[in-house]
Amino acid sequence: MKTFDYQPDSTDRRIINALQEGFPLSSHPYAEAAADLGLSESELIERLARLRKVRAITRFGPFFDAAAMGGAFCLCAMNVPAGRFEAVTEQVNAYSQVAHNYERAHQLNMWFVLATETPEGIEAAACAIEQETGLEVLRFPKLEEFYIGFRMVA
Amino acid sequence: MNLDGTDRRIVEATQSGLPFVAQPYAEIASSLGLEEGEVIDRLAAMQARGVVRRIGVAPNHYALGMTSNGMTVWDVEDGMASELGARVGQLDFVSHCYLRPRTLPLWPYNLFAMVHGSNQSEVEEKRQVIVSLLGPACRGNDTLYSTRILKKTGLRLARKGAGVSTVKVRGEG
Repeated sequence: MKTFDYQPDSTDRRIINALQEGFPLSSHPYAEAAADLGLSESELIERLARLRKVRAITRFGPFFDAAAMGGAFCLCAMNVPAGRFEAVTEQVNAYSQVAHNYERAHQLNMWFVLATETPEGIEAAACAIEQETGLEVLRFPKLEEFYIGFRMVA
Repeated sequence: MNLDGTDRRIVEATQSGLPFVAQPYAEIASSLGLEEGEVIDRLAAMQARGVVRRIGVAPNHYALGMTSNGMTVWDVEDGMASELGARVGQLDFVSHCYLRPRTLPLWPYNLFAMVHGSNQSEVEEKRQVIVSLLGPACRGNDTLYSTRILKKTGLRLARKGAGVSTVKVRGEG
């Protein structure tokens, strides 16, 4: 794992906790959000820029839902033989449709998310990966999502 | 993609993040030859129809000390899965919660809940809360810890007439 030199202070953590959603859609949104936090507009902007720079936050802005734009997502899993793991990782990651890929401690040891602009793209990508690797790609499309709003306590 | 051309350009211009300036929407607008008000109105309309899920920060769990992430998976009786899934999704340590199809015999689990913690024993404690909540409706469960991030980019939305850009979307990271 990477080490992160800058340690977010309590104000940074307050910002991260408060701004996971609901950033205003207005002409001076930082000023509005800063007022709620008891900060000045420039301090909020500086702190967010620094948090982004040190990667304590990976992004700041709108998060889009591929499905609502007409695209699709599918969680997939593979059982990759240990001796081929690095080679298969390279093959799978080469697909631009692979949005995230995690190694997990399980017989199904590779878990990735396909994200495509059309629902048909999911099947096409999964089949292509199966052909290229010779390994079965298990598909776990979401049937129902329980979304209460994103939050993480920093 | 069911976005009109202008919405799509706004998605492309904001997908890597908002600029850190006093009037970020005005800056986006000027880069696209639009008015600030139109960018704000269109983002608000996209938010109303769910294309924009939220506007804010994406915390880096690892940088903030939440270095253990366990994908907990549960075999929950079908008739109760929706109701119980909704309750699991409300737990404050669950970041994503989904019902998915089983793949028998290898994979008997239909409820997926991502649990984050500062270490494995913290994830394990949180998992016990879900065990109690599900009770006898749950016939089995497992926890898959991530041992390595192999890739994390996001959906790639091909830019019309230009290279390739990246849309970060809320996935099951």
